Amino acid sequence: YIHIINKADMAASKGLKILVGCKRVIDYAVKVRVKPDRSGVVTEGVKHSMNPFDEIAVEEAVRMKEKKLAGEAVAISVGPPQSQETLRTALAMGIDRAIHVEIPLAQLEKLQPIHVSKLLAKVCESEKPDLVILGKQAIDDDCNQTGQMLAALLDWPQATFASKIEPSQDSKQLRVTREVDGGLETIDVSVPAVVTSDLRLNEPRYATLPNIMKAKKKPLAKMSPDQLGVDLQPRQEVISVEDPPVRKAGAKVESVEDLVGKLREKGLVK
Amino acid sequence: SKQTMLSSSRAALVAAAAKLPRLVTRYGYCTTAAGERQQQKPLSPKITTHPTRNDRAKDPRWKDIDMTRAADEADVVIVGGGPAGLSAACRLAQLNAEKGTEMRIVVLEKASSVGAHIMSGACLDPKGLVELFPDWQERGAPLHTPVTGDKFYMLTEKRAIPLPLLPGMPMHNHGNYIVRLGNVVAWLGEQAESLGVEVYPGVAAAEVLYTEDGSAVKGVATNDVGIAKDGSPKDSFERGMEFHCKQLIIAEGTHGHLAKHLINRYDLRAGREPQTYGIGFKELWELSEDRWRPGYVEHGVGWPLDSGTYGGYFIYHLNEGSPLAAVGFVVGLDYSNPYLSPFHEFQQFKHHPHVAAALTGGKRIGYGARALNEGGVQSLPKLTFPGGCLVGCTAGMINVPKVKGTHNAMKSGSLAAEAVHEAIGSGEIEPATYEEALRNSWVYKELHSVRNIRPSFHLLNGRLGMFGGMAYTGAVWYFTRGREPWTFSHGGTDHEKLLPAKDCKPKDYPKPDNVLSFDLLSSVALTSTNHDHDQPPHLTLYDDSVPGQVNLSVYDGPEQRFCPAGVYEYVELDDGSKRLQINAQNCIHCKTCDIKDPTQNINWVTPQGGEGPAYNGM
Repeated sequence: YIHIINKADMAASKGLKILVGCKRVIDYAVKVRVKPDRSGVVTEGVKHSMNPFDEIAVEEAVRMKEKKLAGEAVAISVGPPQSQETLRTALAMGIDRAIHVEIPLAQLEKLQPIHVSKLLAKVCESEKPDLVILGKQAIDDDCNQTGQMLAALLDWPQATFASKIEPSQDSKQLRVTREVDGGLETIDVSVPAVVTSDLRLNEPRYATLPNIMKAKKKPLAKMSPDQLGVDLQPRQEVISVEDPPVRKAGAKVESVEDLVGKLREKGLVK
Repeated sequence: SKQTMLSSSRAALVAAAAKLPRLVTRYGYCTTAAGERQQQKPLSPKITTHPTRNDRAKDPRWKDIDMTRAADEADVVIVGGGPAGLSAACRLAQLNAEKGTEMRIVVLEKASSVGAHIMSGACLDPKGLVELFPDWQERGAPLHTPVTGDKFYMLTEKRAIPLPLLPGMPMHNHGNYIVRLGNVVAWLGEQAESLGVEVYPGVAAAEVLYTEDGSAVKGVATNDVGIAKDGSPKDSFERGMEFHCKQLIIAEGTHGHLAKHLINRYDLRAGREPQTYGIGFKELWELSEDRWRPGYVEHGVGWPLDSGTYGGYFIYHLNEGSPLAAVGFVVGLDYSNPYLSPFHEFQQFKHHPHVAAALTGGKRIGYGARALNEGGVQSLPKLTFPGGCLVGCTAGMINVPKVKGTHNAMKSGSLAAEAVHEAIGSGEIEPATYEEALRNSWVYKELHSVRNIRPSFHLLNGRLGMFGGMAYTGAVWYFTRGREPWTFSHGGTDHEKLLPAKDCKPKDYPKPDNVLSFDLLSSVALTSTNHDHDQPPHLTLYDDSVPGQVNLSVYDGPEQRFCPAGVYEYVELDDGSKRLQINAQNCIHCKTCDIKDPTQNINWVTPQGGEGPAYNGM
């Protein structure tokens, strides 16, 4: 669906409604270990936290609320029961309410961006947000797909790798600065839109204890993939997960002739 | 890094100034605006930027910052969510249910989740747990591995000599369980929550709060967040909050930082010996199936430690579905050679043929270290103060020859809970009945009976070392069981025992083979420790110039060697001089530096909550 907000709306209305995606991932500082059967990595008892890019997305949503650009910010997480802790952190940072799409453990390991984006698309149909902010990628799978797939499913414009979000000059759209290979690209996107956050978008605030205690009273709704009518059949099969190869020692050469000689030896130079 | 590069003209200035007499005071740090220098300011770049050492009230960068703190009320606040703290919490909740009283009980735990900072062997004596939860089995406490076999060895360089383990000896483990203590603590946390206790992980208690007249404790304040590395406020700065409580229970584990402060303030060690310590290392190994002996417990002493250095090892084979074993090593922190590196002694130990036999074909999957208390009854401080008390390892209740303290910690937590409950009911400020209850309990009986074993190591001025200790245990203790009328002293603090480097021989440790032994940094990586890099280092120094002037010149910088996480490094500057660099991010919260620093210049304070190691069932 498409709905257009005009300048009058933006000013007079209660602001944009933002949906923010948060994923519970293994904490970035943890030393990850491959399971002995090579089917995946060890997650049992391992420290988990909110995906860092999602923290940035949550922070941006809260800042937009503080700047009165947004009226309501809703956090959503697709994951196991423990994802509730991740949502509580988002609530403690300033999000108004949360939605938890609970995935049974059996299907958790096979969950892929295509499923998550379909689930999010379904939620968007009922929640009708004006803006969806997601982290650009999750640090466990590094897929960088959910935001883009979601935009395609909804047929919404997308602004990925955002390092700045502000109203456009005519206030009818959002002006997003994107980090691209060549530098920075600034585009105007009409809402509703999907934006994915990059590292330099902001520095997230800490979830402090008084806010954590207040967040316990904020609403957290639960949903299941069945309720949303999304099938979680995996499209891919993970054959094996391996440790990266141990880096072999290099060799130091004393002169250019030496270097060329060695390259010849390896057949890399004729 | 930017901080270590000095221009040549500044380097010349430093060199010239080194020849002038300097006025260096304990608190003489200039906190005026950047660029202004005063004559007394020490010329080494500032290391300690932490607000506990730099008054923000006098710092212009903090002029416009609102420093008010939100405050909340609770009946009891417990600092530390370990076995002692959580036992106190559970017991309090049980007492409330029994007696129909209502109390708000809050547990503050600095780790990101309950159990993540727990580091222990562990061979658990279940009696503390059984008294707290007689139905622990139905409740699903993760005690999965009863001890099936028990051995004690004396290692020489090539051999492992089995020594007899007679029933009644402290190292005899029949009836005990091999556990992953972090998992037991996580389970205790769940029990506490189900009993209505509020448990807040990721929150560090940073400051003790006092009543107006300063006589009694009225609560704690949690840590501030969002202070930059140079001590200035960041955009994300937020003040911690205050908890005002009727009773404060300190359960921070060995050498807690608030405990240290309270012990000093209320002079709780008056008439008692100072605490003595050891550093304990532990690795979790996935053994090769054919070398796995579930339920098997092994302890030992000897190689590679020389007979003058107290220490020993343990190997516990878990039985939780996979061939896991805990391999650990303790070195007494009363060692005298500043060149000794406890970490390297541990790594070398694994190469002993007897130990290598167990580990070959296996894979190391975990590493951690923590100081442990060895002082026993001689070093127990006064346990109560106006407004609260100390429980568990923070007071120091490890039975050293048994290498067990968890059961005592849990019992002390329960007894403290009973005293605290009584004190709140009667309006008493100090839970004075706690100390007497502990003295009448099996905790004290046990600690009293083994009080002479650890100090017997120093018999005949330590010339007999470990042999003296074992001889005493076998010849005297086995018959007297502690009824001998004398009590040996520990002979002073651990840090005083360190000799100047010039009087000692440097030690040459073999390089790790990356199969059995490993280097320090890859070991630290396994702890998954992390701290926000942009915050003042929480390893604070009373005086920034002391490391260069004393630690390095007299003791050759022993902190480089006793820190199990590579926090302390002396880096060479352009002018050839050396400067202490504190890699606070690596810290695994073991407290060894605060204990062993010969100048006692290092004061460990808590970093932001949720930081530090992320141990998984250690």
